[in-house]
Amino acid sequence: MRKPAFEPGLEKAAEAAERRRGFLLGLPAYVYLVVFFAVPFFIVFVTSFARRSATGATKYDEFSTSAYVKLLDPLVGTIVWRSFWIATITTAVCLLFAYPFAYYIATRRPAVRNALLVLVMIPFWSNFLVRTYAWRFILGSDGPLGTLTEAMGREPFRLLFTPAAILIGLVYGFLPFMVLPLYAAIERLDWRLVEAARDLYADGWTAFRKVTLPLTRSGIIAGSLLVFVPSFGAYVTPAILGGGKDLLLGSYIVTQFGQARNRPLGSALSIVIMAVMLVALMIRNRSGAEEI
Amino acid sequence: MTKAAVELSGVTKHFGEVVALKGIDLAIADGEFFSLLGPSGCGKTTTLRLIAGFEFPTSGSIQIHGKEMALEPPDARPINTVFQSYALFPHMNVERNVGFGLQMKKVNSNEIATRVGRALDMVQLSHRANAKPDQLSGGMQQRVALARALVNEPEVLLLDEPLGALDLKLRQQMQIELKELQERVGITFIYVTHDQEEALTMSDRIGVMDKGELLQVGTPKEIYESPTSRFVADFIGDISLLAVSVVSPTEVRLSGGGNVPADTSNAGDGSHWLALRPESLHLVSAAADVPDGMVRIPGKVRHRVYYGDSYFYDVETTAGSLDVRQENRPGLPTFDAGTELMVWWNPAAGSLVTA
Repeated sequence: MRKPAFEPGLEKAAEAAERRRGFLLGLPAYVYLVVFFAVPFFIVFVTSFARRSATGATKYDEFSTSAYVKLLDPLVGTIVWRSFWIATITTAVCLLFAYPFAYYIATRRPAVRNALLVLVMIPFWSNFLVRTYAWRFILGSDGPLGTLTEAMGREPFRLLFTPAAILIGLVYGFLPFMVLPLYAAIERLDWRLVEAARDLYADGWTAFRKVTLPLTRSGIIAGSLLVFVPSFGAYVTPAILGGGKDLLLGSYIVTQFGQARNRPLGSALSIVIMAVMLVALMIRNRSGAEEI
Repeated sequence: MTKAAVELSGVTKHFGEVVALKGIDLAIADGEFFSLLGPSGCGKTTTLRLIAGFEFPTSGSIQIHGKEMALEPPDARPINTVFQSYALFPHMNVERNVGFGLQMKKVNSNEIATRVGRALDMVQLSHRANAKPDQLSGGMQQRVALARALVNEPEVLLLDEPLGALDLKLRQQMQIELKELQERVGITFIYVTHDQEEALTMSDRIGVMDKGELLQVGTPKEIYESPTSRFVADFIGDISLLAVSVVSPTEVRLSGGGNVPADTSNAGDGSHWLALRPESLHLVSAAADVPDGMVRIPGKVRHRVYYGDSYFYDVETTAGSLDVRQENRPGLPTFDAGTELMVWWNPAAGSLVTA
């Protein structure tokens, strides 16, 4: 006998099947994240509470906060501060360059727009390391600037191995990460709102400040995060262009896992940075949602 | 006519290859409720955007109260706009939206507060002053947009299909409110719409546009009852068009033969039609029932549609088919499909149109 079609809860079975299908679709990514993100993160977390033996081996035999205590060392503070500044300036410079450019792209007609976007992405087609080494030549004393100054009879001018070189390298490397979210935000902007502002007696600049800028804030925040976070912990660029003179966070952490043989310290530093970023993000999200 | 609030002369607008406006001459009087009516793509919105300053004309002059403004930016014009989509600032609450224009004009904050309060009172939204636009219904957003424009006491208010997004009931209510408001504040309204009923009920004058041209300007009565072109006749309301040829200043010949009286004094060059409104046509069963001095033509009912308050007949005649609307009133005869009958009309009710 067939069940009556009006039985309460009839739709439950179909909904459960729907949920199962959804879960299966997400499963590969889910497994990947657990294996390659959650598990390593857990190992780093545990290691940060481990102990470094006199010989540099990592001992998991007791719960130790000594790595965290070591973070209070003024040297660590200096390194964090220096990295913070480099990342802040990199983000600011990227924003300054990227906003007008993203605005330009977003206001072109579609064909031009797509061509410009491809241009932004072209650097991704070649290896990051190779591109950074190219900068090493450009900024070095054999590079164009060096040759020119030498031809003028002066000491060959060299930017390589200075903080400025790191900055140039970081801005170069991360600029597309600023351009793309900004472009997306500006492209989504309802231009009638800008017209409305102009109609209500705002001049072009004021309309930009009062309407365009606040309404593309999501792009500014996303882009800034995408640039700031990797700049803060950057390793490759400072290592190649900075000459390892002024130590930055990335190199310092790598050193702890390598030569210094102090994995707990490297782990603890990584955990703290991650926690700080997370808290900053949460504060930003909470205040950002209420404001404007 | 007093000094024109807005005067366009020889205004053209090209977008690349596309000619959006082919030379508009139009003077809109101070305090007038003027509608620009036409199908989408006719150039009415382009005209409005040129007056607002969002676009600049390819050629021609745009004067606002006698001052040449064709190339001035929007913020330099004593004009405000109510946008089709309302274009309320989503990141500001109602109060700040409404106060935006005054803030830009550097009015002091006390006065802004007073005037914004008054404007919100006027549109009955004082209780939602702190709401964000997305928390309001379409009708409320519409009223905020209106308050945001009117609070600046502009010399001219431009309205771009402001009621288009509202449902029928609300739209009819807002039509009345808008018209009352305009009479009270005495500001010149330039109203863009594709809805002929809206234009007819609200406007002092209407300009009908098609394909970048202003075809006819007149009062709603003139536009409805005395269209001069086939397009205007056809665009506004139901109308039957009979192909005719002009035979004398007072007579035309129908395509099926037979002359009927019609005023042909305004007939231009081109093909001519006699335009007849459904409500000015009458049906009787025999020629004997037609009053003296009326035009009559025999016909046969093809369809009859019941509209509640009226019957709508499609009548076939030798001159062409005629749409006839007859009131549904006790005592008035009705006719079934297939019935042979007489159609008659007052010669003054027909207009001769040209295409």
